[in-house]
Amino acid sequence: MLRIPCPFCGPRDETEFAYRGDATVARPSAEGDMEAFLHYVYARGNPKGWHVEWWQHAGCRQWLKVLRHTVTHEIRAAVPATMPLTVPEA
Amino acid sequence: MPGYSGFRIFAEGLTGNRGWGPAWRKPQPKPAYDVIVVGGGGHGLATAFYLAAEHGIRNVAVLERGPIGLGNTGRNTTIVRSNYLLPENNNFYEHSLKLWERLEQSLGYNVMMSQRGVVNLFHSDAQRNAAMRRGNSMRLNGIDAELLDREGVRAMCPLVDLDNGRFPVLGGLAQRRGGTARHDAVAWGFAHAADARGVDIIEHCEVTGIISEGGAVQGVRTSRGEIRAPKVGLAVAGHTSVLAAMAGIAVPIESHLLQAFVSEGLKPLIDCVVTFGGGHFYISQSDKGGLVFGGGLDGYNSYGQRGALPTAQHVYAAGISMIPALGRLRGLRQWAGVMDMTPDGSPFICTTPLRGLTMTAGWCYGGFKATPGSGWCHAYTIAKQEPHRLNAAFTLDRFRQGRMLDERGNGPFAWAQ
Repeated sequence: MLRIPCPFCGPRDETEFAYRGDATVARPSAEGDMEAFLHYVYARGNPKGWHVEWWQHAGCRQWLKVLRHTVTHEIRAAVPATMPLTVPEA
Repeated sequence: MPGYSGFRIFAEGLTGNRGWGPAWRKPQPKPAYDVIVVGGGGHGLATAFYLAAEHGIRNVAVLERGPIGLGNTGRNTTIVRSNYLLPENNNFYEHSLKLWERLEQSLGYNVMMSQRGVVNLFHSDAQRNAAMRRGNSMRLNGIDAELLDREGVRAMCPLVDLDNGRFPVLGGLAQRRGGTARHDAVAWGFAHAADARGVDIIEHCEVTGIISEGGAVQGVRTSRGEIRAPKVGLAVAGHTSVLAAMAGIAVPIESHLLQAFVSEGLKPLIDCVVTFGGGHFYISQSDKGGLVFGGGLDGYNSYGQRGALPTAQHVYAAGISMIPALGRLRGLRQWAGVMDMTPDGSPFICTTPLRGLTMTAGWCYGGFKATPGSGWCHAYTIAKQEPHRLNAAFTLDRFRQGRMLDERGNGPFAWAQ
């Protein structure tokens, strides 16, 4: 069971959250070409290590960016969706 | 090394079983091979076997990070079937099922292939329509499919709760030729048969880099030194992204966890494979007596090889909804494998932008049934450096071309496939 520290509600079980994937991909502008949209929709880094990902908390309905390790499942940070979150070096 | 046979078991029994040797050699890696297959699971070993058996390419190394058979080959629920909707998928899986049907004769090894029948239950008119459509698609491609009514389901699996209050069973789509095989024996059988044809199976040899020069692959760097080859095939399941990144290739794959479970051992209880339509749940019984079952993904990217309890709880709940008698049993073991999930739920058996590098990947949670078909098509793709017609659609480029093979119409969300 993951415990995700929601910045609005405090630590909660993963079952209160919906996962929505890699939060490092950014939607291209409407003028973006096909390659940009192909990359946005399909290309994923899929790192073995630290991963920045979207979770939505069903409790407060807020979208969060979460920094989680894909081998240990350690969660190091959870911030509101508009805040920047950087991946540590190691 | 002599092969396995009933006569040999008899003869060894008379002489104290002193003549049995290891099923494959433990060779030292040579500096160069004609083909390197990265990954000593079912798909990698099958690739090496079919390279030797079908294409006469015997100077082959299979490199495995750990020992043989401890990855996803030993972590699945052992189901074999070809009941797919899309022609690209059902033709491929049917080819694989036909290879399964004569696999023991091909390998000279008992993989305990049992065509005990697979039935997918449906619980609503919409699900029945979808099952009929899938069954018709299978029959149009020459694959056996049979629509069962409630009595048909009762005859096939009497323990199913047909009158479940929330998900009453209306019937099922059966594929009688589907069934199960012993997963460990599949890995050992392919390893034995490939080794007997001259393939070097090198365990405890982790690939740490891919050597390329002039846009072509030249070999791999490993924990046991450099090994050269003009052709390298990847068969590394959940680690495809990691290996492809070594070659500078981005693949549309996310790695996710899938759990499997085994109950305590029982006398024969379920003699087919049954899947639930009201939740993600599938179950069969192993020859040892344990019920083997599983469900959906844990739902977030992971390379952790261990599952979490919320999904386990869902799987148990779905199982008890379908077969209430399971509520009296105890779970014995639970584990997870790392799945290479693709945006459309279909695999890749293809060449890559790096010349000489091929892959069989993106098996989502359908990899076990595909083992011989994947190896057969991957071996063809390695030998010819172009796909066979059976795997021509399984390219990395299909998303660019808009030719997705989205069996269930889920859209490009790897964790929802």
